[in-house]
Amino acid sequence: MSHGHDHDHDHDHDHGHHHPEPLTRAEARARAIESLLVEKGILTTAAVDAQVAAYEQDIGPLKGARVVARAWVDPAFKARLLADATHAIEEIGLEPSANQLVAVENTPDVHNLVVCTLCSCYPWAVLGLPPTWYKSFAYRSRAVVEPRTVLSEFGLALDDSVEVRVWDSSAEVRYLVVPERPPGTGSLSEDELAALVSRDAMIGVARAKAPAAVA
Amino acid sequence: MNGVHDMGGMHGFGPIVRDELVFHSDWEKRVHALRALSRRLGIFNIDEGRHAIERMAPAAYLDATYYERWADALETSLVDKGVLDRAEIDARVVAAAQVGTTATGPDRELPPVRANELLPRAAGPAPRFRAGDAIITLNTHPAGHTRLPRYARARRGSIDRYYGNHVFADAHAHGAGEQPLPLYCVRFEAAELWGPSADGRGAVYLDLWESYLEEAS
Repeated sequence: MSHGHDHDHDHDHDHGHHHPEPLTRAEARARAIESLLVEKGILTTAAVDAQVAAYEQDIGPLKGARVVARAWVDPAFKARLLADATHAIEEIGLEPSANQLVAVENTPDVHNLVVCTLCSCYPWAVLGLPPTWYKSFAYRSRAVVEPRTVLSEFGLALDDSVEVRVWDSSAEVRYLVVPERPPGTGSLSEDELAALVSRDAMIGVARAKAPAAVA
Repeated sequence: MNGVHDMGGMHGFGPIVRDELVFHSDWEKRVHALRALSRRLGIFNIDEGRHAIERMAPAAYLDATYYERWADALETSLVDKGVLDRAEIDARVVAAAQVGTTATGPDRELPPVRANELLPRAAGPAPRFRAGDAIITLNTHPAGHTRLPRYARARRGSIDRYYGNHVFADAHAHGAGEQPLPLYCVRFEAAELWGPSADGRGAVYLDLWESYLEEAS
């Protein structure tokens, strides 16, 4: 498209890239708000930059994967995790969760799935920020009423005998699914096991990967 | 409030589109940061921030992307708190478009991180229920913020566990202070919530404050 419009998108603080298209209404208003907050001395550009950098450096689901791998290899840790995940995650060097954190365990008889129907609550402390689909109207509306259909769309077919527990994060508590340890992983190290644990498995829309799938 | 945000069980949104991205552009990150920092500064609390999203006009809510809703709510909250007014934001949007810049001022130190709003409070009433107790949720339709979704009102469930006293979001969203109340995880059988439309063996767990619950006979 033409770049000859009357917007000059150079800014005196760096937003990371140039914009070949006019700003959307929301973006224009967000920039106006930021500049006013800075001008009034309420916030600083550096503080906003630092907050953005924190998201960009967040290792996200890797943290949760390490928690799950430890739970698989250390039954005593798993017991502490299921009893009090908020504090148990500190044992593997993670920051304490800002929210009360609860770990729920998948078994051959029970499958757990996490959603937030009212907004986008998500266990940031262990999974980072949520993907767009988790925040989508389709996921939010459907996960509570037709979880099996949702899971089948994610490629996860459950036997009718399996009980599906949907955790609708409606208040201050956040939920982490501990997936089942895949068979044939007895000889793997904790790091190798962590590589089998996807973000989706810890939301509950996937199983942990089989070792062959990551080799 | 019985808003369009209360989506559990609604139909018509189609298949789940597997968009794996967390952010789609840099401005979304800055909106996220602005809301986080505004909370840290104590300009508004998390529950007021959520309610600002819920108060969007339903058609606008449904038409917006996730971070467009956040941007809208950020503006609403800052205006509600008297930090900015709409006219100056409007003027800055126009000015920025004309001169192609956003003004900045001097940097300054942020205050220390505030006490966490999200963890249990020591104070508050003794819990009325214990794990295993049968409860029924209120049939209630408050116009303000609530965490009792429509799909779980006037439904029977059982207490799964007690989480301690937590800041009561319904009060905290409306400037009424923390008013900590016992919070429980409550299990509802899928068939209780959805009747014959339930899609098999299962249950939904919701975290509900004691004031939403009554003892079931």
